[in-house]
Amino acid sequence: MKIKVSRFNQEKTLIEEFEVKENKTLLENLVEIKQDKDSTLTFKHGCRSGVCGCCSVRVNGQERLACKTKLKENDLVEPLKNYEVLKDLVVDTSKEEELLTKTNSFLHKKEDVSISIKDEKQIERQSNCILCQSCYSSCPIYEVNENFLGPYALTRALRYVDDKKEGDKLAILASIQEDGIWDCTLCGNCTFVCPQAIDPKMDITNLRMKSAQSGFEDKSMQNYNSFNSGFDPMGGFNPNGF
Amino acid sequence: MTTDILVIGSGGAGLTAALEAKVNNTRVTVVSKCYPTNSQTCQAQGGINAVLETTKNDSIEKFIEDTFTASKGIASKSNIKKMCQASKEIITWLDDIAVPFSKDERNSIAQRKFGGTKAKRTCYSSDYTGLKILHTLYDQCIKNKIEFLNEYFLLDFIKEDESIYGAVFLDIKTLDVIKIYAKNVILASGGYAGIYENNTTNSSFTTSEALVKAYKNEATLSNLEFVQFHPTAIEGTNTLISESARAEGAYLVDEEGNRFIDELKSRDEVSRAISEKLLNNEKVFLDLRHLDEKLINELLPQEKQLAKTFKDIDISKELLPIVSAAHYSMGGILCDENAKTSLKNLFVCGECAQGNVHGANRLGGNSLLEVIYLAKKAGNSAYQNLQSATIKEDIKTVDFEKSIEDILSNKNIINVSKEKKEFGERLFKALGVFKDEISMKTLLSYLEELEQKLKVSTIEDKSRVYNKSFIEFLEFKESVYMAKLIAKCALERKESRGAHFRTDFKEEKEEFAKISIVKYEKEQDIISYEDAV
Ligand SMILES: Cc1cc2nc3c(=O)[nH]c(=O)nc-3n(C[C@H](O)[C@H](O)[C@H](O)COP(=O)(O)OP(=O)(O)OC[C@H]3O[C@@H](n4cnc5c(N)ncnc54)[C@H](O)[C@@H]3O)c2cc1C
Ligand code: SF4
Ligand code: SF4
Ligand code: FES
Repeated sequence: MKIKVSRFNQEKTLIEEFEVKENKTLLENLVEIKQDKDSTLTFKHGCRSGVCGCCSVRVNGQERLACKTKLKENDLVEPLKNYEVLKDLVVDTSKEEELLTKTNSFLHKKEDVSISIKDEKQIERQSNCILCQSCYSSCPIYEVNENFLGPYALTRALRYVDDKKEGDKLAILASIQEDGIWDCTLCGNCTFVCPQAIDPKMDITNLRMKSAQSGFEDKSMQNYNSFNSGFDPMGGFNPNGF
Repeated sequence: MTTDILVIGSGGAGLTAALEAKVNNTRVTVVSKCYPTNSQTCQAQGGINAVLETTKNDSIEKFIEDTFTASKGIASKSNIKKMCQASKEIITWLDDIAVPFSKDERNSIAQRKFGGTKAKRTCYSSDYTGLKILHTLYDQCIKNKIEFLNEYFLLDFIKEDESIYGAVFLDIKTLDVIKIYAKNVILASGGYAGIYENNTTNSSFTTSEALVKAYKNEATLSNLEFVQFHPTAIEGTNTLISESARAEGAYLVDEEGNRFIDELKSRDEVSRAISEKLLNNEKVFLDLRHLDEKLINELLPQEKQLAKTFKDIDISKELLPIVSAAHYSMGGILCDENAKTSLKNLFVCGECAQGNVHGANRLGGNSLLEVIYLAKKAGNSAYQNLQSATIKEDIKTVDFEKSIEDILSNKNIINVSKEKKEFGERLFKALGVFKDEISMKTLLSYLEELEQKLKVSTIEDKSRVYNKSFIEFLEFKESVYMAKLIAKCALERKESRGAHFRTDFKEEKEEFAKISIVKYEKEQDIISYEDAV
């Protein structure tokens, strides 16, 4: 079986074809190419089991973890979008820390409360995030606003806002108003690509509701009248539902 | 650049140590070859051991006893005691910084039972314990303004006399050499079981070079021969199937469908029973077909998904072929109970440390506990040491720019990925679950040859931008040295004890009821034995 791999060496991008084995994962195939065909092929991997988040790439335009993906004939493998490509399939994700810092997503003040199974389940999905950057790559907003806080950082913000232990939810909500929850178009791309079945779009909607309830200005009404419509084009379709 | 406390490694140990050392205005810099959340700590599924107020039928004494029994008598009872006593405090701290532990019906932290223990002692966050601990620590580091330098590769320590004054790194993005001078260094670079390429459950970042660098700078290493093999990794991919599967009642069966070992015996015994079959060219399977499908879906969802993804097997209906794989390194850099090493200003924690609590065998769930426990000691010791330590910048180091150029201009091109594959196979055969003198000696001569070959070799990729092949080449050179050290220590220990099993010396021997020590003196590896105190 043949696959196509995007190669970048600081000067130009080329699409190269490789013959690979069908029953293997993309990561196993990349390792084999490096072993047997081209030792300069560059990509990242760590856990090989879907939890370290460093192997995400795009397959036919869609974000996938290389270690958990099987390929089909003629599939095209490319680096993530919205980040600077360093080499072949490796991008510079150093912006991650800045985004997390800006959203203030960490426990500010511990509340002395009892946590039940239900409370813990409330934040289970959000705290399963592996920071793989897939959602960031899929988000259309970065083309118009590079300061957008974006899906994983906002999901993480909700993870702490919804944590019963957090005694200062306002500190988090305040930090996600600018370039944050109101800038999202609710297109659902992030939700569609998340390998952990997290739904950042829904998390953002949730944060909007909590912000409005906490007295922050509801900017979605403002958006309704502008070019940037808050209307959900996918009509409530939940791509993680299948 | 300079900093007060330089932490090398950003796994569970590095991040905890950084948080502990960040008191008032101390400047703490965490430098790592990957991003924090990429570190292997994220892979821990099963959990972290502790005796809590709510733990039923358990006590600190039982915890100490289980840990000491597993160590086969070569750990420090006093160190184990202190760690076990601190276990509740550690869980409370993790809980306080918002690690979302799973809860039971009474709103207490839920606990499960692991192999080799007398009670339900293992706290967990569904089957993502390591992931959730690591990410929560990272969030706290961001809160506490810990400084991160990611994708920096440790080349060497900066040392004068018997003291460490910082370290030299390679910026992976540019291949620039960066010197960081520090008053104190905490090394938290992870273990060395990852060098068993293709035969390990470890992350591909776990390649041992930092340990070798510490050793060559005369830090004392200990117990290297004790490599733990996990009984159940998925055949072909070596992805771990957690011990919880057997704990929930999964069987181990041979090709005829017969069970051949009590599945809940300790890891070393189960691994040996499995490896014996595999060496006989028989297959071994994990059998969960008799378990209630609902139970599998609820308690083992990640294992079910892993088997489906990697083998296209539905564990509730089909047999899963498994192998044993290198999993954890009990040995490492020897330190005292406060994480101090034999070198001044160097502290260690996490899997790279040998803190005398695991001995010949580590209990499931005790690693994460030790990671946090010792890292707190390391962070605290480093902070305390700040008063007496100073920055010293006028130390001569190797000209790394030149050595990089030298490597890149060598003539003989090798393919590291290919070499590593053979290396991993030979290592697993000769220095795996079973060992004997002849196979280890043969391995050593192969390793010597490989070492000589690598000295004059280079790689095909000559670029200076994100040259991952170059990093892998540097890692591989040190992995070969590490393998030599493990083999030498394993040859010297002429007995079987815990994870170290020699077919030519099958019994435990009283005269070896000691920890092994290996020191680099006048370019020689000198092995000796000491009591664990
Ligand atoms: C699949 C799996 C499951 C496990 N399950 C459990 C469990 O359920 N319970 C339990 O207690 N234990 C478990 N363990 C063991 C436990 O996860 C590890 O022992 C522990 O996470 C080690 O943490 P650490 O911080 O020491 O190292 P790591 O998390 O490995 O971090 C090492 C850090 O050092 C950095 N580093 C390494 N070399 C260099 C260099 N040359 N230059 C710069 N940086 C460097 C790396 O980038 C990384 O950031 C499991 C292990 C595996 C592999
Ligand atoms: S839903 Fe919002 S955050 Fe997600 S991809 Fe679309 S615009 Fe970006
Ligand atoms: S939310 Fe999902 S896609 Fe985004 S970083 Fe986390 S795991 Fe990856
Ligand atoms: S290698 Fe870790 S997520 Fe793929």
